[in-house]
Amino acid sequence: MESPDQDNTTPVVLEGRDLWKSFDQGRIEVLRGASVKVRRGEIVALWGASGSGKSTLLHLLSGLDVADKGTVSVLGQNPQFEEARLALRRRHVGFVFQLHNLIPDLTLEENLQIPCIASGTAGSQIRSRILQLSDAVGLSHRLRHRIQDLSGGERQRTAICRALMHEPQILFADEPTGSLDEKTAETVFELLFKLAKNEGMTVVIATHERRFMEACSRVVRVTNGQTLSS
Amino acid sequence: MPAFLSLILLNLRRHKIRAAISVTGVAFGVAAMLMIVSIVLGAISMFEGILAEESHFVVFEKNVSDLFFSSVSMEQIETIRGLVQVDRVDPMLVGIVSSADHPIITCFGVEADNPRLQKAQWLQGDRSEYGREPDVVYLGERSAQFLKTKRGERISIGKAEFTVGGVIRTQNGFEDGGVFMPLSLAQRYFHREGLVSVASVKLKNAQMSEAFKHSVETASGALVALKNEDFNRSYSQFRILNFTSWAVGVCSLLLGGMGVANTMLMSIFSRIREMAILRVCGFSRGQIVGLVFGEAGILAAIGSVVGLGMGFAGLAVMNRVPQLQGYVHAQVRPDVILAILLTACVTALLGALYPAHFASRIQPAEALRFE
Repeated sequence: MESPDQDNTTPVVLEGRDLWKSFDQGRIEVLRGASVKVRRGEIVALWGASGSGKSTLLHLLSGLDVADKGTVSVLGQNPQFEEARLALRRRHVGFVFQLHNLIPDLTLEENLQIPCIASGTAGSQIRSRILQLSDAVGLSHRLRHRIQDLSGGERQRTAICRALMHEPQILFADEPTGSLDEKTAETVFELLFKLAKNEGMTVVIATHERRFMEACSRVVRVTNGQTLSS
Repeated sequence: MPAFLSLILLNLRRHKIRAAISVTGVAFGVAAMLMIVSIVLGAISMFEGILAEESHFVVFEKNVSDLFFSSVSMEQIETIRGLVQVDRVDPMLVGIVSSADHPIITCFGVEADNPRLQKAQWLQGDRSEYGREPDVVYLGERSAQFLKTKRGERISIGKAEFTVGGVIRTQNGFEDGGVFMPLSLAQRYFHREGLVSVASVKLKNAQMSEAFKHSVETASGALVALKNEDFNRSYSQFRILNFTSWAVGVCSLLLGGMGVANTMLMSIFSRIREMAILRVCGFSRGQIVGLVFGEAGILAAIGSVVGLGMGFAGLAVMNRVPQLQGYVHAQVRPDVILAILLTACVTALLGALYPAHFASRIQPAEALRFE
């Protein structure tokens, strides 16, 4: 589903059509024919109440999970198969979650190295990218600190850096400020948008917070497992 | 790849006690295997030494599983002595008796000109007296120590009493812990008059082996003649001992491997979310498997090094225990160490197989829902 004012010449980078997903052997039906189309450079909010299915939709669109029915296309690839999903995660998509999901015993720098270890990026490139990103989020002085020694906001900023380490084309964020206080949440959101614009990324954010929707180029409302554009 | 290695080491550092228990399991397995196999190999080597003293062939009764049950008659010995290829024949009657506090004493019934008596260092008595007096026996140095006796004293061996005619020192632990009897005395004592257990045969020329073997088996179908090296390879008791020692060792290591499996499984179960994050960050299933096997490999490597240290220390301690001196003469061979290390690694990796499989099948989206 697209907004009426969408520029139709901008290429579609992400599309989910008639997506169905259930859990617990079909007993819990979460998505019932949801559809989304995202063009390059858009910042799209998947907005809905808790349990509406927005996180599940995000997982399907990003290739973290597979739909029971329906099709997904990410940058022209079908993430139905493990190899395609792996290639997307390594090269083209990044993730930020509600919980920072960092490895607490590692330092900030070591956490940022993880996507590069996975993709086998050279050490010198890793180092310069870490310095660039940590500087952009104001954490360059914390590189050698372990995650457990960082504040909630710092952890989420680290998680954003990790998601951007491999310069993804699409960033998926699942309630990225859901576990932060109001002020920190605003800071993190602003940072996320700024970095996304600077890096020319497409962003899909699942959120239930209305206050951040103004900053998005489009909102897709998710209700009872179905999508409505706004 | 240092960053990948640091991820592997991270988990071991996180759960130090769990890792230490696992390392200890492997270490005990390696130590047990090293000690058991080396001691058995040493024992076999000593036994081989007894039979191979200045000889090329061992002749004994066909189809016996144990040389203690082999019977070769003195007539057969004389026939062998008469063969054209033979330089000398040394018959030996082997028996086991017990005395107070010593359940096993090996008795060697040999003739006076037996090379082992000639080569031995006579600490008490004189080799020229051997066999001249009735009911006189000669003790190995260690058996004289544990029987607390010396030349001229009377000792009880089994149901009979003997006079100690001398004490000798040999290069062989079994002989040093045994009792030498003149052959005729041993035959009478063991109720095997006219019989010996085995004969060591020295040929005039080693090239005559095939002819000699053929001659013995033609002269008596009840006997078998084996070259020393063939005997060592085929003697069923050696094979049983060898197999048993390796089997016990492998069982010890399997227990260690189960420790590794348990550690890895606990580790994976407590890190399901972390594994999911690694997958989200682009780790392939192969890389996840590599992490798990890497952890298991490091546990096995540390356990092996510690286990070898423990094993060598244990052997050194056993060498110093007075009751075991002479009997324990461990033979530590490089190929055995290599085999033990290989077994430890394979066991640990087998232990990590299921945890690795489990970890590689973690679905990121599902695991991220896991609290």
